[in-house]
Amino acid sequence: MTQVSPTSVPVAAMTFPATSTNARRVAGLLVYVTLGTLFGIVLTKAQVVSWFRIQEMFRFQSFHMFGVIGTAVLTAALSLQLIRRLGIRSFDGTPISVPPKTMGTGTRYWLGGSLFGLGWALVGACPGPLLAVLGSGVSVFLVPILSALAGTWLYGVLRPRLPH
Amino acid sequence: MQVDNVMTVWPWYIAGPLIGSFVPLLLLAGNRMFGISSNLRHTCAAALPTRAEFFRYDWRRAGGWNLAFAVGILLGGVLVGLTASPPSTMQLAPAARESMASVGVTDFSGLVPRELFNWTALTTLPGIVMLVGGGLLIGFGTAYAGGCTSGHAISGLADLQLPSLVATLGFFAGGLLGTWVVLPMLLGG
Repeated sequence: MTQVSPTSVPVAAMTFPATSTNARRVAGLLVYVTLGTLFGIVLTKAQVVSWFRIQEMFRFQSFHMFGVIGTAVLTAALSLQLIRRLGIRSFDGTPISVPPKTMGTGTRYWLGGSLFGLGWALVGACPGPLLAVLGSGVSVFLVPILSALAGTWLYGVLRPRLPH
Repeated sequence: MQVDNVMTVWPWYIAGPLIGSFVPLLLLAGNRMFGISSNLRHTCAAALPTRAEFFRYDWRRAGGWNLAFAVGILLGGVLVGLTASPPSTMQLAPAARESMASVGVTDFSGLVPRELFNWTALTTLPGIVMLVGGGLLIGFGTAYAGGCTSGHAISGLADLQLPSLVATLGFFAGGLLGTWVVLPMLLGG
């Protein structure tokens, strides 16, 4: 936040265009709220958010989760190919680009990944499902959500000292 | 138990393609890459006082859309919760029921085991380890790995990114350790 004294900007110039851009921003965000809602419904209806289903998966007792993740990856991969081959642009007209991830030593991926996986098995939910379970009425899921925030905060603080 | 109200589950061949289609949908909507765990970082950047470099960026610009998407996920859960019929049972593989019974889980009504996930569980060691410890690991691990199931296992794998494959193998290694070693130790199985 840069310090701008309120009197240095004419009030009309500040509020009027701001309202119209704000309205556009809110409308834009509503698109994502809607998409998120649909996503939350699918996650919950397919029980991907269920500790039981995650346990079934890690115990190799049911195909359900493997089928869900497998077909999700397949669908996403085919769509990405299609988007690239046809040069499809996003609605705002910008060419669609997917930034590549850098491997580095790979430590962050296997170590961070394993730590997350352990948490996933204990709570039975990854970040999206945490929210869906809370929404569906399991109030105690507020606890893993808050501790996940604490975990991310801890990473942010320790980051300069961790191998990546 | 004989008048079990069985919870209908959307089959994998419907749910999987629907979930995967959020990758192109978000790219089309605004060139956004499907991924959920960044919201933990955005929330920290927005709400927690910190001097850490990791949280010093314009979270509104980078993560506004994603936070809106997360609010939607919560709403989706609310909608399903409101329209759900009274306590219904999860349809689980018989082998799964047995192994869950071996760690003391016998109530299969609801999406998550009531015996393990309730407020009084927080007064027990297993409850604290699962809810608080598990949450910490999720937040720390996803931030460290730079993504979770959505960002790495779905978006990253679909884009054939090697780092995402390493991360996904890590997710599974950690999950197997949690399921086969840590949970039985905690719950006595």
